[in-house]
Amino acid sequence: MNALRARPRLPAVTSSVSKHLVLILVGFLVAYPFYFMITTAFKDFAEASTTPPTLFPTELHPENYAEVWSRQPWARYFANTVFVAGTTVFGEIVIAVLAAYAFAQMNFRGKNVLFALFLATYMMPGEATLIPNFVMMSKAPPGVNPLFPIPRLGLYDTYAAQILPFLASAFSVFLLRQQFLAIPKELHDAAKIDGAGHARFLWSIALPISVPALVTVGILSFYASWNAFQWPFIVTSTPEIRPIQVALNAFSAEAGSNYHLLMAAASFVVAPIVLLYLVGQRFLVQGVARTGIRG
Amino acid sequence: MSGGAIAVDERAASRRRRLFGENAQAYLFLLPAVALLALFKILPAFYAIYISLFRWDIIQGAFRGLDNYVDILWANATRAEAFWRSLSTTFTFAAITLPIEMGLALVVAYVLFQKLAGRDVYRTIYYLPYVTSTVAASLVFLWIFHPQYGPANQLLGVFGISGLRWFQEPDGVFQMIGNALGMALPDWAAGPSLALVGVAIFSIWHFIGFQILIFLGGLGNIPLEYYEAAKLDGASQWQLFRRITLPLLSPQIFFVFTIGSIGVLRAFNEIFVLTNGGPLDTTRTVSMLVFRTFFQQGQIGLGSAMGVLLTLVILLFTLIQFRFLERRVHYS
Repeated sequence: MNALRARPRLPAVTSSVSKHLVLILVGFLVAYPFYFMITTAFKDFAEASTTPPTLFPTELHPENYAEVWSRQPWARYFANTVFVAGTTVFGEIVIAVLAAYAFAQMNFRGKNVLFALFLATYMMPGEATLIPNFVMMSKAPPGVNPLFPIPRLGLYDTYAAQILPFLASAFSVFLLRQQFLAIPKELHDAAKIDGAGHARFLWSIALPISVPALVTVGILSFYASWNAFQWPFIVTSTPEIRPIQVALNAFSAEAGSNYHLLMAAASFVVAPIVLLYLVGQRFLVQGVARTGIRG
Repeated sequence: MSGGAIAVDERAASRRRRLFGENAQAYLFLLPAVALLALFKILPAFYAIYISLFRWDIIQGAFRGLDNYVDILWANATRAEAFWRSLSTTFTFAAITLPIEMGLALVVAYVLFQKLAGRDVYRTIYYLPYVTSTVAASLVFLWIFHPQYGPANQLLGVFGISGLRWFQEPDGVFQMIGNALGMALPDWAAGPSLALVGVAIFSIWHFIGFQILIFLGGLGNIPLEYYEAAKLDGASQWQLFRRITLPLLSPQIFFVFTIGSIGVLRAFNEIFVLTNGGPLDTTRTVSMLVFRTFFQQGQIGLGSAMGVLLTLVILLFTLIQFRFLERRVHYS
């Protein structure tokens, strides 16, 4: 990242004008779907489905948003997602901080074994656990021991089903461990001499100087939670529990050919996360550069 | 003498106590993470294998041993055909997505890395799709590539290409090109369906920002002296790129390829929304097949066996990459 800011001089391939042309063309292709989404959201039905499509709405129809909003309990969906994402972010940070601190700053037996275990869960693709986790979330059928061999948690269609599987993230632990490893040993020794135990050192010193890393973990976790689709699609059924992405997918069936309405819905589903990106870009970019998580 | 021994003993005992205390405290710190990982990641990996050994249609049925696997791989003609076809679709999808995506990302990163006004603005824009939800973005693409109303066909109309059905088109792209030129291609040369190409276009659009970002980071690590030295020796632009940039960027290229191929092999959301595996199953990748088998048809045992196979394919593929490609990576 430092190198990015250093404005290095690579050999110039071509003139700066042609470079900008390439970048603008790619930028146009990348940004066009967003432009299309927002402009279509402000068209009326007739204009949204004319050939050829108009570049800009001839007449603005902000009332589309009111109509979409009235058709589904979107406020509830947003609240569901905010609650699930908020709880996941908070829980994930607390759990990852404790584990990462133990790995970075404490000595205990079995450290290497446990760390290898964390690494193994990080390498394992989600497909391996999708079906068993789904089975686990359901209730035990009559006559089946709810604890054996596969525990049945009976959490289908609850918030907990959307939160619990994502609370412990090996990736967040690694990221924060790196951060805690960077704390100078002298700082810890000085704190020890002053009589501070691990809990005190973690709370008063390690955490305050790790805020940027915590924000990165939080933003990545929030982003994953906000955009989650497959898992909540599988384990939720009622609108009271359903998160925003699942609701948007369901709305696409309801909207049918009313694409201006669907685009209005898509735009307000996307808006919060795009705003978060623009505000917290630095942290997100940093985190993703380190993760390499795709999707 | 004896007093000193007692003191040493006491000190050792207190160190033991402290160590014991530190052990206990560390385990306490690790407990929530370990418990949750065990419950939702580690044990389920074993459950997946357990489930795959049973007939398990909604509820657990008879033990079948490896029969689910045998059925999927060869014994049951319909299932085996579906499975191998989905595997081939998955790799075709990877083969059309990754090279284009990586090539494009590399070019853009290379251009963007040079001293240029507005780099941050470009970077912000390029990265935008990556943070957008796949569901919302896929819905937008459905309309952009709508056969009748979509702007994509509108644009292509300028070049005399019209009436493409994109996400509803099961015909292979080579077959379509052949037809347009008046040649009838044999079935094996039909190529990926236009629908699958459409999904690939979405995938490239969605993930390219991530790759650009990684490449930018890698370019920043290449010492500029190398270029200056090579230029003094009279190297051409192409030679600089080929002999310095590419080799020194190989860790990032390897990383992006590994992560990218795993991501493509696992892709679900965008395919689910764009085509739901259709038309005529031409976009039904393994993860779509797993989902369809276990969720829509309720055949949990069979689905789990497919999931285990997909996991093995992903792990094997990753292993092969590390074995054969990493040797060609130069870590400077």
